[in-house]
Amino acid sequence: MREPLINRDRVFEFLIEPPTREELVNTAGGVILYLEDITVSFDGFRALNGLTLYINTGELRCIIGPNGAGKTTLMDVITGKTRPDSGTAFFGQRVDLLRMSEPQIASVGIGRKFQKPTVFEQHTIHTNLELAMEADKRVWPTLFHKLTGAQRDRIDEVLDLIGLKDLARERAGALSHGQKQWLEIGILLMQNPLLLLVDEPVAGMTQQETEATAALLNRLAGDHSVVVVEHDMEFVRSIARQVTVLHEGAVLAEGAFDDIQNNDRVREVYLGS
Amino acid sequence: MILNTLMKSEFLDRGGKVLLLVLLVMLITVPAANLLIPADSFFHVSTYTVTLLGKYLCYALLAISLDLVWGYCGILSLGHGAFFALGGYAMGMYLMRQIGTRGVYGHPELPDFMVFLNWEELPWYWYGFDQFWLAMLMVMLVPGVLAFLFGWLAFRSRVSGVYLSIMTQALTYALMLAFFRNEMGFGGNNGLTDFKEILGASLQSDVTRVMLFVCSVAALALGYLVCRFIVTSKLGQVVTAVRDAESRTRFIGYRVERYQVWVFTVSAVIAGIAGALYVPQVGIINPSEFQPLNSIELVVWVALGGRATLYGAALGAGVVNYFKTVLTGALPEVWLFVLGALFVLVTTTLPKGLVGIRDQLRRSHA
Amino acid sequence: MPVSPITIRSWLLASLAGLSCLMATGHTLAATAADIESEFARTVTSLYADSYDEKASIAASLAEMEHPRVDLILSALIEGNLYRERRTDVIVIARSLDDGGYHLTDAVTGEDMGDVGRRGARKISVNNSLRRQLKGLVAGRQLNVGSPSDRIAAIEDIVNAGDEELSDVLRARAEKENDPDVLEAISIALIIFDLDAVDEARKLAAVEASATNLHPLVRRKLTAIAADESEVDELRAAAKTSLAEITRRVERYQMVETLFFGLSLGSILVLAAIGLSITFGVMGVINMAHGELIMLGAYTTYVIQTVFPNALEYSLLLAIPAAFVVSGLVGIAIERGVIRFLYGRPLETLLATFGVSLILQQAVRTIFSPLNRAVATPEWMSGSLQVAQGLSITYNRLYIFIFALLVFAALQAILRRTRLGLEVRAVTQNRDMARAMGIRNTRVDIMTFGLGSGIAGVAGVALSQLTNVGPNLGQGYIVDSFMVVVFGGVGNLWGTLVAGLSLGIVNKFLEPEAGAVMAKILVLIFIILFIQKRPRGLFPQKGRAADG
Repeated sequence: MREPLINRDRVFEFLIEPPTREELVNTAGGVILYLEDITVSFDGFRALNGLTLYINTGELRCIIGPNGAGKTTLMDVITGKTRPDSGTAFFGQRVDLLRMSEPQIASVGIGRKFQKPTVFEQHTIHTNLELAMEADKRVWPTLFHKLTGAQRDRIDEVLDLIGLKDLARERAGALSHGQKQWLEIGILLMQNPLLLLVDEPVAGMTQQETEATAALLNRLAGDHSVVVVEHDMEFVRSIARQVTVLHEGAVLAEGAFDDIQNNDRVREVYLGS
Repeated sequence: MILNTLMKSEFLDRGGKVLLLVLLVMLITVPAANLLIPADSFFHVSTYTVTLLGKYLCYALLAISLDLVWGYCGILSLGHGAFFALGGYAMGMYLMRQIGTRGVYGHPELPDFMVFLNWEELPWYWYGFDQFWLAMLMVMLVPGVLAFLFGWLAFRSRVSGVYLSIMTQALTYALMLAFFRNEMGFGGNNGLTDFKEILGASLQSDVTRVMLFVCSVAALALGYLVCRFIVTSKLGQVVTAVRDAESRTRFIGYRVERYQVWVFTVSAVIAGIAGALYVPQVGIINPSEFQPLNSIELVVWVALGGRATLYGAALGAGVVNYFKTVLTGALPEVWLFVLGALFVLVTTTLPKGLVGIRDQLRRSHA
Repeated sequence: MPVSPITIRSWLLASLAGLSCLMATGHTLAATAADIESEFARTVTSLYADSYDEKASIAASLAEMEHPRVDLILSALIEGNLYRERRTDVIVIARSLDDGGYHLTDAVTGEDMGDVGRRGARKISVNNSLRRQLKGLVAGRQLNVGSPSDRIAAIEDIVNAGDEELSDVLRARAEKENDPDVLEAISIALIIFDLDAVDEARKLAAVEASATNLHPLVRRKLTAIAADESEVDELRAAAKTSLAEITRRVERYQMVETLFFGLSLGSILVLAAIGLSITFGVMGVINMAHGELIMLGAYTTYVIQTVFPNALEYSLLLAIPAAFVVSGLVGIAIERGVIRFLYGRPLETLLATFGVSLILQQAVRTIFSPLNRAVATPEWMSGSLQVAQGLSITYNRLYIFIFALLVFAALQAILRRTRLGLEVRAVTQNRDMARAMGIRNTRVDIMTFGLGSGIAGVAGVALSQLTNVGPNLGQGYIVDSFMVVVFGGVGNLWGTLVAGLSLGIVNKFLEPEAGAVMAKILVLIFIILFIQKRPRGLFPQKGRAADG
């Protein structure tokens, strides 16, 4: 296991007086996420088995793999929901993810979309975005919070981006499945994350919606780093520049989509032929 | 004028406006009908009734405090009666100290039950309770600190749902057992009673009773407004978000447990205030207030009135307690049947409570 | 044939005893019946003596007489019913009347002497030390009659009377006795008498032999010897050693006893919680009426006993299946009538079932009255098992402990070996998947609810043997049961067993330190803190499914 890049005290300093996220998450190396030798086991079953993975700044990466390959567990480790048994996870060069809680990880700039679309169904779409907005999320400031003009503009901007502007005052519970997926991406965007983790974004979408989503994700990459977990091969083909294949908790292959498709081992375990 | 602004603002929903209007009407008519109209007149409201209404108002405030955590946060506390009782005990301790030498044993400092137990001196935690301001501080501080500690422990480890409910029930159960003990120094089984006066005014006099009633009206109105402010703020939206999708809220950067602890604590403080107003009106506080049954009965007030509306909770508290007064007087053995049936009926057929009936009917017709 | 010294000694003693018996018989034969009567009458009359010492010696000689009325008179004296009629100075046995007067019977002849006023007779007073001596005398007479347990009781009376002279009676009895328990009691008693012996060697031997003797008197006497500066050092040292050994033994027994009480409480917790563990595990809802189902089981026991008043020994056994059926059916009714409509809303379920619990309580109150009902304990469950001197275990707790284990084993068997068990386990692990595999959830729900509730009823049968049966019987158990289930890990029967037993033991060990109420509070706090560390209990179900 390699030494932590910085000492722990420095990591927590930023929580008291937040500098900009870019300062904090030093991505000078061009890599935004370092996962090394991550192992997670449940009851003896190794969901992740010595997994090592790097994500570059501004990259759009697809992660594929058969059921039980560890895709969701990987997301859980990055976002702090599951603690690995061993291994290291750094966000940029300075931030040790394994020492942080879920909200801390979220506020340092990692956004996550769940497999099953999860939005605040009782709230309006506008409120959904307002809640997600990058702001002081401690209790007292939240109690007396008032929206500023700039913040309203930002919400409108995202509403535009996800195509829900006309429905802004509707309750999120009333949206269709595909719209909820988009709203959730919108929620992610409101956080201004450096890294977006997107779990099965096009499950249950129509062909048209799928294409729109592909376009949206492609537009996001560059400004943000995006990691997409997806089953739909067509969709992966349409967006992917770089693909990682997981199998039995470890990386089986990595490369451009076409290379992966022609990789014999991948065919063997994933395509079953 | 403030009222006028309130009534016109979007801050209040319709139920809230109705609630405040009803309170305003009560504030004017009840004291007048008691103090100004002669006792033989038809319009006279007896002091007994004034006190009874005051009691209902305290219950309504308690119900609102529960609605804040249950309706908006999704935390079903089965131990809110404990915070109510703790506030009541703090007030009771003040009232005990005001008795002075008028107790049966005439001891200048020790309450009767301590003399009876052959105690030599006041336990340290009774110090200062002869000061009204300190007692009032404790009314809020004691339930607040307890709720904070409990909530901090529970929410930090993400105890939720039925687990949390049963833990809160265990909390009030444990407190009941503790307060039944004489050694605790809170009067054991008998609790605190035989109060004489509050702030120098006799508790037996009509004027004092009316003043307590007025305070209860004011506390309920204020409590409602505070809760309303909380639930309409962004914080209110965050806690509702937690209720509906907890991990989503966590992943957009909110420290969910802090919000839960905060609301739980605020709610406990309001419950404590309700208890403090309740005690001088009923004249006694004893460990039976900690009974798990009390706390769970309170849940049915809120459920019957309508969850997550605040005014519904107040309505439910009034309705259930009115029927309780009538029924326990006339047919005591029927009351528990009615209460039991109420639990079943409200949960199975009236999920939105009384205030949601119209919605529910409209939807079933459409 | 070689003759051991012991045999010889016992032969000698026996022949000596036989000789003295012969002499006594000879004496009796020599005297006429009239002589005995007059001697008896004279002794009885002289009982109205001034000093207690005098009374004691007269009573002692009375005790040696072979007259049918001796026992009667001695026990009347002990109970303070022996009086002297004021006018005739006849000694009488008096029975108090409501008006303050007495109904008199001639003590010597048994003749009815009618009623007298309050001042018509004077009591022959006794004090505590005399009363103790009298009891010893009566016990000495009773030593030769009655069942072994009567004889042990008589020996105990002799020991407490502290009458050195009676030790000979004990020794004589030891020769004839063949019940091992009685013999042991006699040897213990003799050691106690030897502690007061004048002979130093005998005393020392007794002190040393006392190390294993847990009789309260021994402790007192040893303490006295250890503190008495006039005694020899060697003896005092031996007394101290024996005392230390006794203390050690008492502590150990207390420990065992506390452990047993803990296990007993734990077995009740297990019985109460195990049904809840099943329903909570399978359906994810808490049935707040679970405690009331326990109460119904207890009332079923009561009803069955009332219906078959003559078959007390068997009615308890009959009550077990009956309570299972009654509570099981009520449980199914609750599931079908309420819980079914609230699927997926655990908090509402909790409230609705609480309402049901109120209704059940009030129904029982209306039908049976709010007062507690007494459920009789059959012969085979009363009394206690003497494990060692100073350590006994009551049969009802012992049987309930065994019963709890049996219920647990039966339940394990059902869950492991039957089709229902398989389905229940499948639904516990993943409800939706189980449905997809063709398991009919509704049927499983009904069956598990019936099973869990039925077990609550069975728990009620056991509880009826330990506490009062009243409408509030079940109320206290829901929080405790839930704590046990949470502590053990939801959906894990072994966890429930371990958690129930260990919580019972912890509670009982805390009780002497902190008091019953504080112990309960401490256990609650402990569980709250425990859930901090292990939110899924002692034996969590791990894996992806558990995260859901």
